[in-house]
Amino acid sequence: MSATEPSEPAPLYAAREPVFPRRVKGNFRNLKWILMAVMLGIYYITPWIRWDRGAALPDQAVLIDLANRRFFFFMIEIWPHEFYFVAGLLIMAGLGLFLFTSAMGRVWCGYACPQTVWTDLFILVERWVEGDRNARIRLLRQNWNFEKWRKRLTKWVLWLLIGAATGGAWVFYFTDAPTLLRDLFHGAASPIAYTTIAVMTATTFVFGGFAREQICIYACPWPRIQAAMMDEDTITIAYREWRGEPRGKLKRGEHDPTQGDCIDCMACFNVCPMGIDIRDGQQMECITCGLCIDACNEVMDKIGKPRGLISYIALKDETRERAGKKPVNVWKHILRPRTLLYFTLWGGIGVALIVALFMRSPIDFNITPARDPLYVQLADGGIRNIYTLRLRNKQGEPTEFRITLTSDDAEAASGLRISLEGQQANTVVVPPDETLTQRLYIEAPAGTKMATEDRTALRLWVEDMNSTDRVSEDTVFNGKAN
Amino acid sequence: MSKKPTAKKQEVHTTGHEWDGIEEYNNPLPRWWLWTFYATVIWGVLYTVAYPAWPLINGATPGLLGHSTRADVAAEIAEYAKANEPIEAKLVAADLTAINTDEELANYTANAGRAVFGTWCAQCHGAGAGGNVGYPNLLDNDWLWGGSIEDIHLTVTHGIRNTDDADARYSEMPAFGRDELLESAQIEQVVQYVRQISGQDHDAAAATEGAVVFVDNCASCHMEDGTGDRMQGAPNLTDAIWLYGGDVDTLTETVTNARFGVMPNWNTRLSEAEIRAVAAYVHSLGGGE
Repeated sequence: MSATEPSEPAPLYAAREPVFPRRVKGNFRNLKWILMAVMLGIYYITPWIRWDRGAALPDQAVLIDLANRRFFFFMIEIWPHEFYFVAGLLIMAGLGLFLFTSAMGRVWCGYACPQTVWTDLFILVERWVEGDRNARIRLLRQNWNFEKWRKRLTKWVLWLLIGAATGGAWVFYFTDAPTLLRDLFHGAASPIAYTTIAVMTATTFVFGGFAREQICIYACPWPRIQAAMMDEDTITIAYREWRGEPRGKLKRGEHDPTQGDCIDCMACFNVCPMGIDIRDGQQMECITCGLCIDACNEVMDKIGKPRGLISYIALKDETRERAGKKPVNVWKHILRPRTLLYFTLWGGIGVALIVALFMRSPIDFNITPARDPLYVQLADGGIRNIYTLRLRNKQGEPTEFRITLTSDDAEAASGLRISLEGQQANTVVVPPDETLTQRLYIEAPAGTKMATEDRTALRLWVEDMNSTDRVSEDTVFNGKAN
Repeated sequence: MSKKPTAKKQEVHTTGHEWDGIEEYNNPLPRWWLWTFYATVIWGVLYTVAYPAWPLINGATPGLLGHSTRADVAAEIAEYAKANEPIEAKLVAADLTAINTDEELANYTANAGRAVFGTWCAQCHGAGAGGNVGYPNLLDNDWLWGGSIEDIHLTVTHGIRNTDDADARYSEMPAFGRDELLESAQIEQVVQYVRQISGQDHDAAAATEGAVVFVDNCASCHMEDGTGDRMQGAPNLTDAIWLYGGDVDTLTETVTNARFGVMPNWNTRLSEAEIRAVAAYVHSLGGGE
């Protein structure tokens, strides 16, 4: 529109324009079916994959164990203190979205977003129960007779079943799936499980059945953020207006050489799940799902015109094509400094995470020197330091650990003595899969420089008595001068 | 893209704002959004009726549901107290020396004792139990009244030198200077002697004189060798640990005006289970005997 003020004041609110996407066939539709099958398959099957970890640990391959604050992913087990792995994965997911968006626009929205996938599934059910676009429009205008009730109720029940299955699969990620499935049907599962399923059933039902494109337009922040990542090389969907216009109905036996390729058949509009006309240009609502491309190509084939009146295209190519030049090779759009930078960051974090994963020490412990007081004066003139030792046994059986110390300072190495509160020797047994908190004392005999001086650096070693794996952590001994 | 939206069913309105050729659409809100807004308004009003909300002169309207976070906390505390009843009964029934060897009791006292200590004891003895001048360090291996769990339990139960409990541990050091029991020269000598037996720098001649003063005046409580007497809470004067300080000035002050450290009896404020928990906790801090 022009910048002039419209004569009538704009309405403050408006009812939603219902959208009735028509069935369409084509390459992008096929791709979407395949992706939907793969993604739903992964979502539903993953919690049922088993992975043997020994008797003390769950055998579910992917498990978010909130109660024990543990995350299991096949051979990887992540403890709360290793949460940076999860943070790293989230950063990778974010950068991955940046990468795909800068290269291929809203490809996530069009193909992979759960909102899109489930809405697609719901529309499939809708079409199956109520018929295609025209039948559905007719049904909407129809009075509430038996047929309308039957079709609507059938559709809603099917939607609710899909919704329940969606929420039902979700809870399996958080606890042992076979046990939970049995408990769910016996009414023995936790209220949280039932509530989660109820909430997810309701949201799936409402978002996929009724809200649909409004989630993308009004609720989702991602489309707004994406705008900042797109540039003239980003691949988006466009109508080749310079080829299609002036549009006009195709009349049998007549040929108007001034008429463009667009025959104004509205196929692109009728298949659009967002309810927009791509010929109006780039729009906030467009999720670049490619269905209008399939629809238009079908029509172009029928009328004997070349395909691609609507297609994936970058802004730069549009400018070139208008000027009569050839479009740039698609790889030149995708491989550009911006995408390479995103890819480098994404890959760098990925490599760092994998390296960190393999460098994780087999024994986890940390040692915290007491701050209050820094040291304890003993009766014989010696000085004691108190430490808190936290030791994790990641194994499935009780494990004995020995604690020793070393120091670069020979006097400290031979003079400092370790003892453990409540333990006879300098060893401690940690129960399987638990973290033990143990008070540890180090004493410097009277008159030694460790006792009288400020600080002595030392290294504490924890050794697994079975495997003889050992790890160390540096700490300090505080003397009287401190 | 350069193309502007074509009018479909209605005109596209703009706000009239324009920046660098970019105009701002004035699209209508979805109608259901308006309904949602009205629903939240109704919800908000009902919420203030159901829950405490409207301020009155003395407090606020209680709300129809009678909700109170304070009552929630009280109920939660009562729930935990009830859950702890069996273990507390077991703790009270147990032999004191058996607490640290019973895994369940040791685990309970380590946590419950820490909580009791942090609430009632840390003010004087420090959060880390490291003590302060006049308030004993509970981490070391020197004890005025004994470091066994029974001794600690007795001290916590009845306290020291308080007037509230007839069974409180009691002893009183004479103020040798203030009450003119010793000449100031004798005090100087006995201070030098105390520094000698504790292995500190001292005047050897004065210390020799001081030894005589010590035997006559101090040995009845602090023993002839100066190692103290736990029955009377008389400190060991030969070790490296000082409650008030081992320097000449502090020792002179101690001998002249004496010391009278007081600890409350906890039997009137804490339950037996709490006393046992904190005694076991203190016993496990490194100095327990």
